[in-house]
Amino acid sequence: MTHDHHDDHHHSHHDHGSDLTEMQLRTRALETILLEKGYIDPAALDELVDIYEKKIGPRNGAQVVAKAWVDPKFRKLLFEDGTAAIGSLGFGGRSGNHLVALENTPTVHNMVVCTLCSCYPWAVLGLPPLWYKSAPYRARTVADPRGVLRDFGVELPKDTEIQVWDSTAELRYLVVPMRPAGTEGWSEEKLAELVTRDSMIGTGLPKQPKDLQ
Amino acid sequence: MNGAHDMGGMHGFGPVEPEPNEPVFHGEWEKRAFALTLAMGMPGGWNIDMSRFARENRPPGDYLSMTYYQIWLAGLIDLMKERGLVSDDEIAAGHSLRPAKPVKRVLSPADVAQTLHRGGPTARETNSKAAFAAGDKVRAKVINPLTHTRLPRYVRGRVGVIESVRGCHVFPDSNSQGLGEDPRWLYTVKFDGRELWGADTDPTLSVSIDAWEPYLVRA
Repeated sequence: MTHDHHDDHHHSHHDHGSDLTEMQLRTRALETILLEKGYIDPAALDELVDIYEKKIGPRNGAQVVAKAWVDPKFRKLLFEDGTAAIGSLGFGGRSGNHLVALENTPTVHNMVVCTLCSCYPWAVLGLPPLWYKSAPYRARTVADPRGVLRDFGVELPKDTEIQVWDSTAELRYLVVPMRPAGTEGWSEEKLAELVTRDSMIGTGLPKQPKDLQ
Repeated sequence: MNGAHDMGGMHGFGPVEPEPNEPVFHGEWEKRAFALTLAMGMPGGWNIDMSRFARENRPPGDYLSMTYYQIWLAGLIDLMKERGLVSDDEIAAGHSLRPAKPVKRVLSPADVAQTLHRGGPTARETNSKAAFAAGDKVRAKVINPLTHTRLPRYVRGRVGVIESVRGCHVFPDSNSQGLGEDPRWLYTVKFDGRELWGADTDPTLSVSIDAWEPYLVRA
């Protein structure tokens, strides 16, 4: 990333009308090299992108949380053996081989961070948002989580314990937020609509029933 | 290594800025950078710990001024160059200039779902006994290896409590150097916020890390 390649004469598409950014050009060039070498199959790349854009995302985690809200047996297993419980719903594998569920209660609020890189439970939340990978989040969450929560518009009672989990190994953490009041008798599907991605990282709270109207 | 990637407790980065309705990728090149990195793991033959080291192992100024997927691409290029899979002149030319190095396998579209489903479990069977149990007080060692480690600077020398024993897991400090998996007991260690950041710290704060046994001594 130290110099640019504007002088490259073999590129046929460096005309001024091109809207390709420098990173697009560099990435495309690298893909070309790897394709010419026979190291990659571009269709496999398309498939990887498709899976993380369309199939593996926070709706997976929302199903886990909603089930934990209605099914006491599942909830018990989830906190004893997160990998097994979440695996029973068909989720696991990459960035989710070892899953740990964290229970938010009226006295304890959990938040997840990776100060060293960007470890995140892909299997249940998909790929992390930009802010999760950013320097401000990685730097501040372990020292000033309430300040970080304020950046998200969340204010917790002064005496709530805040436990921050720095994902330094291959364990992947999923926060299970508290079930909102006024949802008695709701189906898992409807409850899952209340479960936001941020509430499963610990930087947000679930939606309230009025938010769905 | 004590790189810019080890960010816990640093000041001056400003607020966290959530992006409403954020897309999974910002632009086409991020999609390709992401997918190239995942796909090259198979023919490349490196492990996750080598990948992490390749990303963090750059001058702090560079690390902090690069975007996330720029770091991924730079790490990927370094891993490939180390193994002779590509070279600088090829990257400059944008084309392969010499025959490919033989690789064991290439990721095919049909392999993708299965490969992701399998993932990369790191738990390993062991005959050894865990040195610590839940509730034990431990001190994180003061270490400053030039190589990859997952012990963040902000806990080094600090005393915490074993929260959970997590089984035996591949040890990144060894695996990242190609010295073998060397599985070690892994623990979740909980630190009081005041132990990490001083007496003025919010008393409701605690922070846990996951630490392999070689990072810890009894306190």
